[in-house]
Amino acid sequence: MSERHAIFINIEIDPAIAADAAIAAKLAEVCPVDIFSATDSTIALVPENLDECVLCNLCVDAAPPGGVKIIKLYE
Amino acid sequence: MRFYEFESRRIVERAGIPVTKYGFCKTADEARRSATEIGGPTVIKSQVLTGGRMKAGGVKFADTPDQAAEYADEILQLEIAGHLPVGVLVDPKAEVEQEYYAAVLWDGRAKRPMLLFSDMGGIDIEAVAEEHPDHVGRAHISNLHPIFDFEAKQAVARCGMTGSELGRASRILAALAHLQRDYDMTLAEINPVARLTDGSFVALDAHMEMEDEAVGRHRKFLESIGVDLAEPREMYQPSEFERNVKAIDAADHRGVIQGKDHGFHGNLGLVIGAGGGSLTLTDAVRSQGGKPANYAEIGGNPSVAKSCGLAKQVLQKEGVDKIAVMMSIVSNTRVDIVARGVIKACLELGKDPGETIAIFRIPGAWEDEGYKILDHYGVEYCDRSVSMWEAAGRAVAKVQGGAA
Repeated sequence: MSERHAIFINIEIDPAIAADAAIAAKLAEVCPVDIFSATDSTIALVPENLDECVLCNLCVDAAPPGGVKIIKLYE
Repeated sequence: MRFYEFESRRIVERAGIPVTKYGFCKTADEARRSATEIGGPTVIKSQVLTGGRMKAGGVKFADTPDQAAEYADEILQLEIAGHLPVGVLVDPKAEVEQEYYAAVLWDGRAKRPMLLFSDMGGIDIEAVAEEHPDHVGRAHISNLHPIFDFEAKQAVARCGMTGSELGRASRILAALAHLQRDYDMTLAEINPVARLTDGSFVALDAHMEMEDEAVGRHRKFLESIGVDLAEPREMYQPSEFERNVKAIDAADHRGVIQGKDHGFHGNLGLVIGAGGGSLTLTDAVRSQGGKPANYAEIGGNPSVAKSCGLAKQVLQKEGVDKIAVMMSIVSNTRVDIVARGVIKACLELGKDPGETIAIFRIPGAWEDEGYKILDHYGVEYCDRSVSMWEAAGRAVAKVQGGAA
C-alpha cells in the first residue's frame, strides 16, 4: 500500500553532465513539473515527480544531445 | 447559496411580501423579549440548514414568553443532522384559515423561470402535484421581458381561486417572481402562504436559494440582511471522502477534482467529468441498473497525483468493487495523465488495474499515449466511437458480473 514512484516514467542523465552546474540549473528551470533539482551544483532527480512528466522534452532540448533521456516504462 | 429561514424571511420582507412579526434570537433572553413583543402564543424554530427540524425537536410551540425562553435554550443546544443552530426564529402562532404554496424556480428543461402556486400549502408540493394536479397552477415567464402581474394571476387562477383572494395571492406570486429575477434565485419558495382569519395573506415560512455565481453581485444586499458570507453553508456535514477529496484538490493547483458521496451507497466508483459529462454519465450508470458509489468531477488537466488521489479515495470507499473512468470528450485534460493517475491508484492499493477499472473512456488530448498505458496494464478502454451510454453500460455489466 506504500506510495510507488516512477511507475510510468524514468529519466536517465548522462553522468558526464550531472555535475555541470549550468546544465543542472537549466534543467531545474525548464521542467514544468519539477522533476529536476539542482543542489550543490549537481543535478538530482525528484523521484515523486517522475510520473508527472508531461513528455514536453524541454529537458532533452536543454541538455547537450543525449544528455537526458526520457524512458516510458509502459512501452 | 442556501439561506436560513430568518434570512429568507428578511429577503421576502424586502420584496414587499407581507410577513408576520418575527424575531431572530441568539439567546434565551432575546427569545423571551421577542415573544413578549409579539404577544400571544409563539413558535420557536431552530435555524439550521437542514430538514427534519420538527421531527428532531427543533420546532416548539410556546404559550408564554418564559416558555419561549425555555424552549429557545433547549433548541439552541440541539444538534440536528450534525448542525448546531445559528439561532432561533420566534414566530407568532398565526390564526390561519387556509395555507397556500407559492414558488418561483428555475426550470432547467424549459430554461425559463416557472411560477408555481397551489391552494394546498404547508405540505410537500411534490406530493400535491402527484396526487392533486388540479390544485397546482404553473406558468413559465420570460427571462428577458418584463414580468407582468397577469402571468402570476393566470398561475394562481389555475387552482380555481377567484375574486379578492385571487388578487391578493397573485400579488404575492408576482412579487416573488420579481425577487427571483432581481436576486438571481434558483428557488424562491413560500410555504405556506397563509390566509389569516382577518383575510390578509402573509408568508409564514420561506426558502430561498441563490445561484452561487451571483453571490458576489449581491454582496451589498446580502450584507444588508446580515448574511455572513464567510460562513460555509453545507446542507450536511461533509463525509470523510468529501473532505479528503477537497484536501487533495486544494493541495495541488493543477486541474480540479470534486467528489460527493452523500446518499450514494453503490459498488461502482466513478471517476468522471468533462463539460456536463459527470451528470450524464451518472445518469447513464443509474439508468442501466448500476449503483454509483459516489459522484465526481475531474477536469482542467489534473496532475497524476491529483487523479491518483481521487481514484484512491473512490477505491477505498466501503463497498466499491470497481471504478469506471469516463468523460465526454476532453481537450483541456490529458488522457494519458489521467490514465497514469487511476492506474497508479490501483497499484498503490495493491489492486490489479485490469480487474479494478471496469472501463476507461476518455477520448481527447493525448489519447494515443493513454491507450499505450492502458494496453500495458490490461485495462479495457474505448474511444469516442463508443457512446457514454454504452461505456456506462459496459461498466455496469462488469461490476454486476462480479467483484474484483
